[in-house]
Amino acid sequence: MRRYARLFAVQVRASALLAMQYRVDFVIDGMLSAFSAGVALIPLFVVFTHRTSIEGWTFGEALVVTGWFTLLQGVLEGAINPSLTTVVDHIRKGTLDFVLLKPADAQFMVSTARFLPWRAMSIVTALGIFVLAFVRLGRLPSLTGVLLSLAMLVAAIALLYSLWILTVSAAFYVVKIDNLTFLFGSIFDFARWPSSLFRGVVGFVFTFILPLALMTTYPAEALLGRLRLSTFLGSLVAAVGFVTFARLVWKSSIRRYTSASS
Amino acid sequence: MSVSASSLPRALSALPAMARVGFAEAVAYRAEMLIWILSTSMPLVMMPLWLAVTRGGPVQGMSSSDVVAYFLATFIARQLTSCWVSWQINWEVRQGTLAMRLLRPIPPIFAFMVEHVTALPIRLVIAMPLTVTLLVVLAGDKLPHTLALWALTLLSLAGAWTLTFFVQVAIGALSLFLQSSIRVMDVWFAGYMVFSGYLIPLRMFPTWVRDVIDWLPFRYQIGVPVELMTSAHALPEALGLVARQWGFALLALTVAWLVWRRGVARFSAYGG
Repeated sequence: MRRYARLFAVQVRASALLAMQYRVDFVIDGMLSAFSAGVALIPLFVVFTHRTSIEGWTFGEALVVTGWFTLLQGVLEGAINPSLTTVVDHIRKGTLDFVLLKPADAQFMVSTARFLPWRAMSIVTALGIFVLAFVRLGRLPSLTGVLLSLAMLVAAIALLYSLWILTVSAAFYVVKIDNLTFLFGSIFDFARWPSSLFRGVVGFVFTFILPLALMTTYPAEALLGRLRLSTFLGSLVAAVGFVTFARLVWKSSIRRYTSASS
Repeated sequence: MSVSASSLPRALSALPAMARVGFAEAVAYRAEMLIWILSTSMPLVMMPLWLAVTRGGPVQGMSSSDVVAYFLATFIARQLTSCWVSWQINWEVRQGTLAMRLLRPIPPIFAFMVEHVTALPIRLVIAMPLTVTLLVVLAGDKLPHTLALWALTLLSLAGAWTLTFFVQVAIGALSLFLQSSIRVMDVWFAGYMVFSGYLIPLRMFPTWVRDVIDWLPFRYQIGVPVELMTSAHALPEALGLVARQWGFALLALTVAWLVWRRGVARFSAYGG
C-alpha cells in the first residue's frame, strides 16, 4: 500500500513536470473551461425561459446539476481520460507488454500514467456555477447536504472511472477505440440534465445501466438537501458494485491480451 | 487540393476504383459504424427532454408532435451530413502519413471526399429504415407538400454536407500550422451543439439571439435542412435560406482551399 502511494506520487510528479513545460496550456485550458461552461449553460437558459419548472426542477436547482456536471467533466478530462487514452495507444502499438512486465499492478500503472493538472480549472468554474445557483435559490446548502454530496462525489468519480475502465477493456476486443471514447463523451454529455427529465427507456438506461443519474443528479439532490437516504445508500452499493465489476472485466481482458500475443 | 488541369481527369478516372475501396472499407468496419451512429443519436435523446418541456402545451408554436418530427428529421440529417475529415487530417499530420497521400496522383481532399461519400450507403442501411419509417408514420403530414420544397430540401442537405466538409477541411488543415487543431475543432463543435439546431430547435431562442444565429454558419450545417424537411418555411423564405447556405458553403470551400494549399507547402518544407 505504502509502495503504491509512493508510486502514485511519482506518477503525479511526472505529469506535473510535463504540464509545467506547457504553461500556455494553463491559459488555454482555463479559457476553454470557462467557455464550454458558458456554452453549456445556454440550453438551460433556453429551456427555462419557457417554463419556470420542469419535472420538479427549477432553474436554480437545475444549475446545481450543471455544476456537478462541470466538476465531473473536469475530473474526466484531467485525470481519467488522458491516462486511459495512453492505454489505447499501448494496445494498438503492442507496447502494453512493457507496462504488464513492470512489478506493479497494471491497472494502477495505466490509470495513473498521465494527468492534465491545468484541467483543474473546471473546479473553479464549477464552484462559480454553484455560487450562482444558490444565489438564485436564495439560500445556503446545509452542512449535512454538503457532506452527503461530497460522499456522492467520491461514488460518482469511482463510477466514472469504472465505466472508463470498461470502455478501455473493450479496446482489447475492438480494433479502433477512438469512436468508443467519442461515444462515451457524447453519452456523458446528457449528465448535464436532471435525470428525471428523461423518461421511459432512456430514463431507465441513464439510471440503472449507465448510471448518469448517480453522477450528477443525486449529488445535486444531496446538496439541495432532498436526497432520500435509500437512494444514497443504493448509490454507494452501486458504486462498489461497478468498481468490482470493472476490475473483474479488466483482469479477464488482460488475460486475453497476453494469450493473444504469445 | 491543387487540382491542376491534368490531375482532375486522372482523379475522375480513378473514381470507380476509389469508390469500391471506400465502400469495402465501410463494410469491413460496420461495427464501428454502428458505434458512430450511436454517438450521433443525441437528437433522439433530446426528444424526451423537449417533450417534457412541451408537455404543458405548445412552446413557441412547437407542439409535442412538432418536437417528434423535428428530432427525427435532425437525426436523419445528421447521418447524411456526418463528417470526420478534421480528425482524419489531424491524425495523418501527426503520424506523418499525409506525406503518402500527397505522393499519390489523386488530390487528397478529393480522396477524403470520396471516402466520406462512399461510407454513406452502409450508414444509411443501418440507421435509416427505422427512423424514416417513424418519421413518415408519426409525422407524415409535416413533410414537404410540394415538389419544389422537396427539391430545396435535398439541395439544402447537399449544401449542409458541403459546408460541414469544407469547414472541417479548413480546421483540419490548421494542424499543419498548429501541430494539432483538435482544440479548435472542439470549440467549433461546442458552437455547433448549441447554435445549429442540433439539440435545441432554434425557434426556442429569443428573437435577438436568432438574428445573430442567422449570420453564424452553424444553422446552415443542420438546422436549415431540418426546418425544410419539417415544412417550417414557405417557398420564398426557403429559397433565401438555401441561397445563404450555399454562400456559406462556397466561402468555406475557398477558405479551406487557401489554408490547405499554404499548409501543405509548409508540410513539404518539413520533409525537404
